[in-house]
Amino acid sequence: MPGKFDAIVIGAGHNGLINAAYLARAGKKVLVLERRHLVGGASVTEEVYPGFKYSVFSYVVSLMRPEVIRELELTRHGLTILPLESTLTPLPDGNYLYRDGDHYQSMRNIARFSPRDADAYEDYSHAMYFMAKAVKPILGMVPPDPASLNPFELARLLRLGRDYLKLEPAQLHTLVRLMTMSSADFVARWFESEPLMGTLSASGIIGTFLGPRSPGTAYVLLHHYMGEIDGAFRAWGFSKGGTGGIAQALASAAGSLGVEIRTQAPVSRVLLKGRTARGVVLQNGDEITSDLVISSLDPQNTFLNLLDPSQLPDDFVQGVRRYAYRGSSGKVNLALDAAPQLACLPGTGRHLAGAISISPSVDYIERAYDDAKYGRFSRRPYIDVIIPSMIDPDMAPPGKHVMSCFVQYAPYELKEGSWETQREAFGDTVVDTLCEYIPNLKQIILHRQVLTPLDIEQSIGLTQGNIFQGELSLSQLFFLRPAAGFARYRTPVRNYYQCGSATHPGGGILGASGRLAALEILRDWKA
Amino acid sequence: MPIPSPFHARTSVLCESHEWRNWAGYLAAGLYEPGHEREYYAIRNSAALIDVTPLYKYEIIGPQAEGAVNRIITRDIRRCKVDQVIYTPWCDDQGKVIDDGTVSHLSESAFRITAAEPNLAWFQDCCFGLDCQVADVTTELAALALQGPNSRPILEKIFSGMYLSPLQYYRLAHGHVGRIPVTVSRTGYTGDLGYELWVAPQYAEALWDMLMEAGQGYGISPAGIVALDIARIEAGLIMLQVDYISARKSYIEAQKSSPYEIGMGWAVDLEKGDFIGRKALAAEKKAGSKWKLVGLEVDWQSLEALYARVGLAPQLTGRASRSAVPIYNDEFHTGQATSHTFSPILKKYIAIGTLESRYAGPGRALQVEFTVEYVRLRAEATVVKLPFYNPARKRA
Repeated sequence: MPGKFDAIVIGAGHNGLINAAYLARAGKKVLVLERRHLVGGASVTEEVYPGFKYSVFSYVVSLMRPEVIRELELTRHGLTILPLESTLTPLPDGNYLYRDGDHYQSMRNIARFSPRDADAYEDYSHAMYFMAKAVKPILGMVPPDPASLNPFELARLLRLGRDYLKLEPAQLHTLVRLMTMSSADFVARWFESEPLMGTLSASGIIGTFLGPRSPGTAYVLLHHYMGEIDGAFRAWGFSKGGTGGIAQALASAAGSLGVEIRTQAPVSRVLLKGRTARGVVLQNGDEITSDLVISSLDPQNTFLNLLDPSQLPDDFVQGVRRYAYRGSSGKVNLALDAAPQLACLPGTGRHLAGAISISPSVDYIERAYDDAKYGRFSRRPYIDVIIPSMIDPDMAPPGKHVMSCFVQYAPYELKEGSWETQREAFGDTVVDTLCEYIPNLKQIILHRQVLTPLDIEQSIGLTQGNIFQGELSLSQLFFLRPAAGFARYRTPVRNYYQCGSATHPGGGILGASGRLAALEILRDWKA
Repeated sequence: MPIPSPFHARTSVLCESHEWRNWAGYLAAGLYEPGHEREYYAIRNSAALIDVTPLYKYEIIGPQAEGAVNRIITRDIRRCKVDQVIYTPWCDDQGKVIDDGTVSHLSESAFRITAAEPNLAWFQDCCFGLDCQVADVTTELAALALQGPNSRPILEKIFSGMYLSPLQYYRLAHGHVGRIPVTVSRTGYTGDLGYELWVAPQYAEALWDMLMEAGQGYGISPAGIVALDIARIEAGLIMLQVDYISARKSYIEAQKSSPYEIGMGWAVDLEKGDFIGRKALAAEKKAGSKWKLVGLEVDWQSLEALYARVGLAPQLTGRASRSAVPIYNDEFHTGQATSHTFSPILKKYIAIGTLESRYAGPGRALQVEFTVEYVRLRAEATVVKLPFYNPARKRA
């Protein structure tokens, strides 16, 4: 049916759905094609074990743009983000560091390790407020092209520069440090106690193949801090129903705007006419034509798999080939017969409804990275645990629980053996590590799902299992994401756009990429 | 969750109102009885016992402690003898106030600083390179304020080791109450005759019991922070994060204040040698300050008229308010009243506020915003010198 659709969006992840919804909102007829049997991409909730709902891949949300929630009326479509406001760092010796919204209690907890750090904690939050405030406008803007001599571009760059000159000198200095330092060195400017430095700097390694002492990780730390200054938001939240709840709300919103979503419809290639996209070919051979094609996939898929690279400029192909994925994390989902009992804080309590971070020290995480550097999964990994059923009781049968464990490091490429043979050993390592802090864990496990970077790649198509569609390192951000000259959602192919996490600003369930891409596409449309 | 202070076993039994506040992470009684007025009058007429444990307390000890303290504070600690106490602000390098509190000169090489907010990292950084140690002793010292005209006879009954009668204003003494070692300073936050007692937490309950027993016949009463707040406004004493914002917590320059702008210019000693913020403060002194902290008396007839418009009598005799309201010079916004209250003893509505310096001269007539039946109106007010209430017995 030629001409039936104005636009086809490839991939029904959150950015694909958001992009489609915004295009439909502007009156376009949009089709979303999803390879799997359900929408969501990495934001899916699946009942892998009967009665227990796993937030299979992504598991928390902090950065989802409030304007997306407002403009697409996601609350009306069922989106509820529940607070996840504490972080517990259990320690091997039975001690723990607990921080939550109770400022004074958090300070007392920190003071047990260092009274000085308790006082500095507020200075740190204060400094980070300014950093987040300085960087946040960038998240909402289309990256300017610094190499362009176009006056429009120069004006935009100038505006951006002027904003930074408005920062106080001390803040500007902190910003430069943030962009260049390692997360461990950055937090050490304020703190001295290991559990606090370990846990704070761990935010800087998420989804990167870098350690807390690798330069550049401080920025990733900020990226994860960003949600905190949004008045409308808590720092971190848990979407009711798991992150699949976000996808469901987006699909519902998109549907109500007239978007057609087809699942189990894998695309094999983008149809070109010359250097212009004019539709897609499904794996079953069906051809669907449309004026525009938008890929929410990562650059490997968008350019090298769905197109014939020989149809693209060579320098662009080389750029895309060098774009770093380096998946470094895995996921272990557990169904539990009873509540886990922490050695440091037995019994149930609010601390179980927050994050539990296995990050006792910077050395601990750096050692975990050492293993990964040389091609094996961490013998004692960094683990970010949440127990979704403690936040949303509907995630598991009454009295039972689900546990989500984000694990780093698990390098995509193993030096010895393959993930097929190492998968369960990796799962065992995670459970053994957790058992040091949760002694009853092994006795209450009913079911275990282990996801390696290879599994992530194979199940939802994220190349090398990178959760951000490519590392969030400075060299791959802003006007360099995903490739120089193509950071603005456009591609070398006319009418072929990109809108996934691999475009600015990327990373996390942010939704800004999908939205900004839609706004740019609509601009081109009008032009 | 706020934690109990070492006096909690006593205060919780007495706190009939069940109205607790979170004061620096401690449970603090807002008021003990259903109304605060009797507690207020205990401060002004007999004796009030107030748990002030939540104050942050730091000790700076070592051969170069004096130099360290002098680097931190704006006053000259060399003029503060052993057993003397001074009240002072401390600033950042830009001369903006971080906090204010008392410095007790405990011995040649030991000082204790009280603060409203945590300051450990700041003090430690200020002491870098000096031969001294900074320790947070907040949890090692329980503190009680015994305030009011009868506080002296009550203390004299039980305090041994030194006669209290010659204990002058802003001096301290060490002695015993029974067998309990206690440090007494003639300080307080009420602007009245009063003392603060510093004791190890394990003796807290025993000290409370002895004071309450000795106070029988002298009208002793526990008092909460609702009554204390009224008394401190009458005394013209400022409160951090209410009357000014700490430079460490300010998000914009406009939120910061110099000592000159919060009524503490008298506590800046530019001649004492270098200290943190000196250069900026010297420049500000020369150029003049933009803001000034003042007292304001609201014209009662003008207030009555605002209420009369809707057929009401003024309803203002309740608690002190920490919500700032704008102050106008006719049509122009010129400052804000940051703490305001009806003064039970003066029978006036009074406010501590910050004004643009040019409008801050005593006698200046301005307007303060009042909300009457949801409508924002303005009452006439006059700038006055602080404090509003200053009984001779405070220093006698």
